[in-house]
Amino acid sequence: MDTPAQYFDWSFIHISYPNLLVIGLMLVLFAVALVAPFPHGGDGDV
Amino acid sequence: MSELDAAEGSWTLRVRRWVDRVLPMDNLLPHRQPYYVGSWVYVFGVITIAALAWVVVSGVVLSFMGPQWWHASSLGRFFNSLHFWSVQLFFIFMVLHLWGQYFMAGWRDGRAATWMIGVVIFGTSILTAFTGYLSQQNFDSQFIAINAKDAMNAGGIGAFFNVLNFGQMYGLHVMLLPIGVTFLVVVHIVMVRARGVVKPIGREGGSPS
Repeated sequence: MDTPAQYFDWSFIHISYPNLLVIGLMLVLFAVALVAPFPHGGDGDV
Repeated sequence: MSELDAAEGSWTLRVRRWVDRVLPMDNLLPHRQPYYVGSWVYVFGVITIAALAWVVVSGVVLSFMGPQWWHASSLGRFFNSLHFWSVQLFFIFMVLHLWGQYFMAGWRDGRAATWMIGVVIFGTSILTAFTGYLSQQNFDSQFIAINAKDAMNAGGIGAFFNVLNFGQMYGLHVMLLPIGVTFLVVVHIVMVRARGVVKPIGREGGSPS
């Protein structure tokens, strides 16, 4: 709280680096979840 | 009136038959899932529920012990941090779950109400987190309250939702809103289990629209 975060500025985009990092990590995690093999993925019913 | 006729008129019997029809135990507690559920994308919702459980458990401990404990003692700060970070994980994985359901159009084939309840859970969770930030009992919560009051007054709800009233914010945060979120999450899960996981778009009968 005593040391405010640095901000990323690009056109109308104004976002703190910590928030930008979290969103970036979420996008990476989502992409990994789409392609990473799931254990026992072929044992389903249908 | 025979005993059988009397039983047919019983509302408990009708409710039991309705529950058996809408949510059989095989659906409520399945031991196998369709093949398309074999993806990490489907894990996001479960992680969100796990995070919510930690939020509730750590929140109950904090409410028992009080602000002096969660600010001044090392164990209190640990539980304070546990509460904060489990909330962060709750929101991160709820949004990832939202992205996944958006791109697979999770509202298809009679699941619109499930989607809409999810939207309400998201909104209620934001309100719960906001009242939580206001309940910290430190300069951060005072700063947030002083600034937020103008937004509430501009929206015309300041008289009913007074962010400067700690008792109101704390009461909402530890009682009404968590009960609301937990109840809606239970309804959300039951609705998912009643209809099953949505099929992939355009495959095996899944509708493209």
